Amino acid sequence: MHFADRLPEDLPQIRLEGVTVRFDNGHEALKDIDLDVRKGEFIFVVGPSGAGKSTFIKLLLKEYDATAGKIYVCGQKVSNMHRRKVPFLRRQLGVVFQDFRLLPNKTVYENVAFAMEIIEAKDRDIRRQVPMVLSIVGLADKHKLYPHQLSGGEQQRVSIARAMINNPPILIADEPTGNLDPDTSWEIMKLLRQINQRGTTILMATHDKNIVDVMQQRVIALNNGVIVRDELGGCYGCED
Amino acid sequence: MMSLASLTSVAATLLILGIIFILIVNINSLAQGAKEQFDTVQVYLVDGLETSRIETIGQDIFALEGVREVTYETKEDAMEKMKEQWQENGYLLDGLESNPLPDSFIITLNDIGFANYVVRNVEKLEGVEEVKYYQEIIERMMNIADMIRTVGLAVMFTLVALSTFIINNTVKLAVNARRREINIMKYVGATNWFVRWPFLVEGTVLGLIGALISAGIIYALYQYLHTILSSQFYVLIAAYLVSIESVMRDILILFVVIGSGIGILGSILSMKKYLDV
Ligand SMILES: Nc1ncnc2c1ncn2[C@@H]1O[C@H](COP(=O)(O)OP(=O)(O)OP(=O)(O)O)[C@@H](O)[C@H]1O
Ligand SMILES: [Mg+2]
Repeated sequence: MHFADRLPEDLPQIRLEGVTVRFDNGHEALKDIDLDVRKGEFIFVVGPSGAGKSTFIKLLLKEYDATAGKIYVCGQKVSNMHRRKVPFLRRQLGVVFQDFRLLPNKTVYENVAFAMEIIEAKDRDIRRQVPMVLSIVGLADKHKLYPHQLSGGEQQRVSIARAMINNPPILIADEPTGNLDPDTSWEIMKLLRQINQRGTTILMATHDKNIVDVMQQRVIALNNGVIVRDELGGCYGCED
Repeated sequence: MMSLASLTSVAATLLILGIIFILIVNINSLAQGAKEQFDTVQVYLVDGLETSRIETIGQDIFALEGVREVTYETKEDAMEKMKEQWQENGYLLDGLESNPLPDSFIITLNDIGFANYVVRNVEKLEGVEEVKYYQEIIERMMNIADMIRTVGLAVMFTLVALSTFIINNTVKLAVNARRREINIMKYVGATNWFVRWPFLVEGTVLGLIGALISAGIIYALYQYLHTILSSQFYVLIAAYLVSIESVMRDILILFVVIGSGIGILGSILSMKKYLDV
């Protein structure tokens, strides 16, 4: 191992050091961000539209590259990672999106199994794991249905099941409740909380003030690409 | 899945390609045959020369650079040959009072390049009446053959490029239709090869099916051509046609390579954009 490749001691699960993301048009979506995330944390990333929340998430997924700074995820240096290694980074990160991103022509079961097929899991493991995870998200009886036959909340459960199926240590969610009504949102949050209690780190970008205020977790507030607040048991706006 | 359009386009490309290929191969063979046939210089002798003089002329010719072989042909031999060529009309020649054909030497050259030199020197020999040589015909034929080869190759290249482009586009449509799926695959951690191989297999299979279809059609067409040419009065040409077996062997290799090449290239090119997520 080269000296330059040596990882810092006591590396937390996620570390950002002086990370800046500047787009080709010159816009800086993140500016000199420093951040540590320890295993098992539940973190809300909040901030007004355009603050850089999605950019932060895409940065972790290596969809965007940092213009400056260093990023470590699960003991790997991500900032100068080779493209070929990116798929293996992503297997450490379950992802959930606001628009669910399910495959319309696959059943619930197939949508979840798909994530295992991609990492070339054994058929036997797939047949065992998928029903188990579907029952955790409460969809055991709907495994034969297609996404369009499900409610928004149910679709999001499927996408959470898909994100969890390969047991990633970190689950990343970009406004997972953005398309859901308050009651359904709460059900999704309960599910995420449950997953978190089993040891999975959760990073969730959200605009949902109520959820953030009630859950009392670590809150990182972004504004204009800068972390303006980072506190445990925090609230959404804290202006009142 | 990736539609009939690309299959048809590969098959059509290879079909035209195969026809051009066969054309080129046969023109080569025909040109080669003609060259061998006409690559001789005829030397007609003055009537009534003494045998010793004829022998001297033969030795003088053989001594020239570039001459591989010299054959003496008496006027009687020449008459026999002509009768053979005239076939059922040969009896007409029997009516002649005396043989009007001259005695001659037939010179085979090492290389067509020596023709002018040999002809010039043989003309100077005493007892030589006329020297005949089909240089112009041969040169013109070689030129035409060269031209057909060049044009044929150019057309072949254009077609392959065009077909790759068409496959590229049809695969692009197929990939585009599955953009969402590919995007999700990439997010869940699929490697590029995992995403690529089904499309690649599809493209290759498509190219191969196209290759087999067109090879079949070519086989049928060429066999038909063979039958027509050999059964009618083109027997002479048919003799120069390259055999079906050897053509088909080359064509199959060519088609399998180009067909799968087009398929692989087409699918890799068209996927590039969607894999960069
Ligand atoms: N690919 C890109 N090229 C140029 N600018 C971009 C790109 N992606 C994002 N941006 C800009 O970066 C800024 C931050 O965008 P980002 O999507 O991270 O915001 P956000 O906090 O997720 O907002 P929202 O709450 O609306 O989802 C915005 O001004 C956006 O226009
Ligand atoms: Mg966003």
